[in-house]
Amino acid sequence: MTTTRNPTTTGGPESAGTPASTAPRTTRALRGPGGLSLRLDVRACGVVAVLLAVALTAGVMLIGTGDFPIPASDVLRTLVGRGEGGQEFIVRELRLPRVLVGLLVGACLGLGGALFQAVSRNPLGSPDVLGLSQGAAAGALTVIVLFSGSAGAVTLGALAGGLVTGLALYLLAWKQGVHGYRLVLVGIGVSAVVTAVNGYLITKADFVDAARAVVWMTGSLNGRDWTQVWPLLALCAVLLPLVLANARGLRMLEMGDDVAGALGVRVGRVRLLLTASAVLLTSAATAAAGPVAFVALTAPQLARRLTLPRFLNGAGGAPLPGPKLVPSLCMGAALLVTADWASQRAFGADQLPVGVVTGVLGGVHLLWLLVTERRAGRL
Amino acid sequence: MLVDSPPDERAAAPAARPGGGGKRAAGLVVSAAVLAVVALASIAVGAKELSPAEVWHGLFQDSGTYGDVVVGERLSRTVLGLLAGAALGLSGAVLQALTRNPLADPGILGINAGASAAVVTAITYFGVTSLSGYVWFAFLGAAAVGALVWFLGGSRGATPVRLALAGTAISAALYGYLQAVMIMDDAALGRMRFWTVGSLASATHGTIAQVLPFLAAGSALALLLARPLNAMAMGDDTARALGADPDRTRALAMLAATVLSGAATAACGPIVFVGLMVPHAVRSFTGPDLRWILPYATVLSPVLLLGADVVGRIVARPAELQVGVVTAVLGGPVFILLVRRRRATQL
Repeated sequence: MTTTRNPTTTGGPESAGTPASTAPRTTRALRGPGGLSLRLDVRACGVVAVLLAVALTAGVMLIGTGDFPIPASDVLRTLVGRGEGGQEFIVRELRLPRVLVGLLVGACLGLGGALFQAVSRNPLGSPDVLGLSQGAAAGALTVIVLFSGSAGAVTLGALAGGLVTGLALYLLAWKQGVHGYRLVLVGIGVSAVVTAVNGYLITKADFVDAARAVVWMTGSLNGRDWTQVWPLLALCAVLLPLVLANARGLRMLEMGDDVAGALGVRVGRVRLLLTASAVLLTSAATAAAGPVAFVALTAPQLARRLTLPRFLNGAGGAPLPGPKLVPSLCMGAALLVTADWASQRAFGADQLPVGVVTGVLGGVHLLWLLVTERRAGRL
Repeated sequence: MLVDSPPDERAAAPAARPGGGGKRAAGLVVSAAVLAVVALASIAVGAKELSPAEVWHGLFQDSGTYGDVVVGERLSRTVLGLLAGAALGLSGAVLQALTRNPLADPGILGINAGASAAVVTAITYFGVTSLSGYVWFAFLGAAAVGALVWFLGGSRGATPVRLALAGTAISAALYGYLQAVMIMDDAALGRMRFWTVGSLASATHGTIAQVLPFLAAGSALALLLARPLNAMAMGDDTARALGADPDRTRALAMLAATVLSGAATAACGPIVFVGLMVPHAVRSFTGPDLRWILPYATVLSPVLLLGADVVGRIVARPAELQVGVVTAVLGGPVFILLVRRRRATQL
């Protein structure tokens, strides 16, 4: 197998006015025997590697943090199976599941957000804005408040709430196909209704349930165990290949329905499939950790900016090319685990749920996003 | 059309039809009658059902019975509903005219959320407990978010989608903040969880007396702005030619909308969609002339708010559904219907 530089794949920037001779080549093609070739975005691969490293490092630090601190070297030794009895129990049974749930939830949210933003063709079309997170929260609140259900029942309720909301959203936005802006605006309407229902459920609860509900609604990783890890892992194992197989169609969709159709993409089917996957990913993540705010909004945006060639970054008005699904996924995982570690370090163990940290950071990022997108005339 | 006719009359009454004024005036009288009926229903209906005779005694001649107390309680609730409803409807109508945006609503644009966040901050961190204290915070929050949404939505180039997105995004961020406050402070949770839904249940004479001046001033300002806002519907240049000052009108309209929704939010908590639904329903009958839309919105918005409150009391008797929940459940479908119409999304 030989590696050749492939200058043609950087056609966008040249047409944007950059001289061809100075344009950095960010894409390489791996050519194999029999005419098979694979286009490789070197920069994206680098970003993915760095983000994975960050996520795993933060994970190890997070395992070491708590009422009983464990140095990183001991954590690593325990993880490969050569730890001492006490540390082994703490790491394996108490803290490792929490970190894994954090990684998986972050990954699901990052990927789900990237899909939603690509399908709605809007940087703000994330599950937070569309009302999916609130829908999942409504399902969970119903279980907590009306039935005082167990943790498992709350998870199922959240899953059901998210799926019902996603279905309602799609049906309500359907009018000879689903148009991106209509989806966003219908989502805003749905989210307002569901938020009111959530508020009502909280007022109906007695005080203990209300406090539990509010903590749940902020999104938290406290006390997560192996029973939450396996379903998430299974879902990712099924959905990830499915989504990546359709990533090509998604890339075409960004150019508009007509162009995508002309290029041979079955627009309606790809969009339905990807929206359904995004709804499933978001609902499952919300069911496991609660509606952690803004990860789904922020991760794909940051991933896009990182993977963008430097000479395109900040170029006014230039459309950001292609959804970056894998970088978004890694970014989500890195963001969530790092935020959880930060909240544990800054406020003490289990004092403040991770959702507060992502909420504050995400809010700031959101404002910045609104300003820059407006300045570039893209919003 | 502006060249060969005196501009002022045509501009101020774009949809004037012969005899239209009379019909619209009659409609206003009918609306007021409907409002009176709903207000009476709001006094009579509730956990304890009152007969018309009991309502009459409670209102006009004390019979010294238990019914009088109930009427007294429900009277302040009804009056607050009247005031808040009118304020929300007016502020929605003004915002829709100002932003030329069919989806503008103090709830959707995040102005209510801004007021809520400021009030929660005042209660939790500054120890303000009286309504007269935190109403100022509500104004501050409402004004700050209003300006921010206007700026982020693209000021004069704002489209409905941009404004709605900016408003929703800011609401989401502010609700996150509210939740953080409620988690860290149990006492705040106890007080705030009822207020953040939007309810008329805590109304007292004191509440009404404290917000009345603001609501009266805001309403007067909004009603006075009908003419210049009408002129601005044709664009800044035409408005200037017609003698209106676009910048001043814009600033005053924003002030009116902020004072109205800020005061209403401070008194009853954030209530969404009233300001969206009523001006729309009214416009289909009156046409685009704000001199009719605004009075109609003033009269009919309380019909919606009080009606929703009565429904909330009937549905969950003997407990009740907060009015903010009922308006959201009623208003959400209306909003979605508007979005599904082609014009709204294409704007």
